[in-house]
Amino acid sequence: MRSNQVAVVGAAETTELGVVPNASQLQLHADAALNAIADAGLKLSDIDGFATAVETPQQVCHYLGIKPTWVDGTSVGGCSFMLHVRHAAAAIEAGLCKTVLITHAESGKSMIGKLPRSTPADSLNGQFEAPYGVYGPPSMFPIPVLRFMKTYGITHEQLASVAVVQREWAARNPRAMMKDPITVADVLNSRMIAYPFRLLQCCLVTDGGGALILTSADRARDFPRKPVYIMGTGESVETPMVSQMETFNSSRAFKTAGPLAFKEAGIAHKDVDHLMIYDAFAHLPLFGLGDLGFMPHEETGKFIADGNTRPGAKLPLNTNGGGLSYQESVRQMRGIAPAQVPNAKISVCHGVGGMFAASGTIVFTNER
Amino acid sequence: MAEPQRARPKPTPETQHFWDGTKAGELRLQRCDACAHVYFPPRPFCPSCASRKVSIFKASGKGFLYSYVINHRPAAPGFTPPYAIAVVELAEGPRMMSNIIDCPQTPEALELDMKLEVAFQELDDKITLPVFRPAKG
Repeated sequence: MRSNQVAVVGAAETTELGVVPNASQLQLHADAALNAIADAGLKLSDIDGFATAVETPQQVCHYLGIKPTWVDGTSVGGCSFMLHVRHAAAAIEAGLCKTVLITHAESGKSMIGKLPRSTPADSLNGQFEAPYGVYGPPSMFPIPVLRFMKTYGITHEQLASVAVVQREWAARNPRAMMKDPITVADVLNSRMIAYPFRLLQCCLVTDGGGALILTSADRARDFPRKPVYIMGTGESVETPMVSQMETFNSSRAFKTAGPLAFKEAGIAHKDVDHLMIYDAFAHLPLFGLGDLGFMPHEETGKFIADGNTRPGAKLPLNTNGGGLSYQESVRQMRGIAPAQVPNAKISVCHGVGGMFAASGTIVFTNER
Repeated sequence: MAEPQRARPKPTPETQHFWDGTKAGELRLQRCDACAHVYFPPRPFCPSCASRKVSIFKASGKGFLYSYVINHRPAAPGFTPPYAIAVVELAEGPRMMSNIIDCPQTPEALELDMKLEVAFQELDDKITLPVFRPAKG
């Protein structure tokens, strides 16, 4: 795909984020969508392409009253929406549609209208993982961590520092759920969840969502917001079973998606002004920094613990405090983020789906 | 109300030989007749070269501790925390998730790379689970 042919012209989060007991998951999709449509200065009838995950496209389209000619329901976990951006860019370039809306929402905390998740007993996960006591992401996602630590000499303190640095960023984001500063000792003394991870190394569960609107770069000039161009993208999947990853020393999906996006964008690591690495658990930024090629994996723990991703440091990482990553990339490229990185021109956003099951990478830029 | 039960696997046509094996006290793997690749979980073709000519064989049951978590909360039904959820690398190459028995469920006792051997835990008259214990000697 060619760089900078498609742009984000609308972007918004739900009106409320955090605990939203007055809206179902479907309504959160709609709320984010309506905010993004208003942000782009569009009408619902202007949307001719639609993508979402977990909820089906038909569910959200019908609820919103959208009549699309192109849909994508790729559902590979948390990074699905980043794959949607890639697919939407290709569809717009191919002329299949002109204006794509992508919605994401989760009633994760209030659990209103949230679709049940189940692992059938005759699925491979049901036969070869569930019987051993895996129960939700905290019991599964950290399974590779001890091997990763041993291979690369990463310490518990370094892994704790990931949460400490992110909290520094969260303190600057008025919409963040947790803003009080924490220390490495606070993290290491927080409640044990799944050794080696403690409470403060696991992500929050929240209600909320976001939506994006994309169109061709040529049309993007006529929109009210500063266009944010899709410079490069990558995607891949590996396995739904964390136990069956090729190795616990890296993620094959990360190592496929990341370099694809960098190559398509034609950028080197030194060109990256701003970086988002989906941070559901504290080891993900370390895997990400290594697998995306920013540095050898051995150096990732020290790099974060030494403060190189903090506010004001050389590689600003997860500058909203974490979560809803591409919304933050878009804000940074528009120049309107609460913790704005001065003169940032290139933002890399890297997501994971499932327990290292899938990955998507997007390189955004505000220059064409 | 009955005690909550540990998740029970339900075999499929492709995995039945594996569960028949554990019931008979054997850990069965598959090897490709064309390229010799040994793989898990079971399927009737080779995920490395796509050959449908594959053989089932009895694995040695030996391996080592590749990685694990010690789960504290939330605990799965039928489990009393803290308990380790481990990934074992088998001598034949493939890895599988398992539990480690006859061993304290602590970071001190669960040392990465420790040698393990398979054991079999009967869940009911249909399903016997392969688990692992520290290898003797």
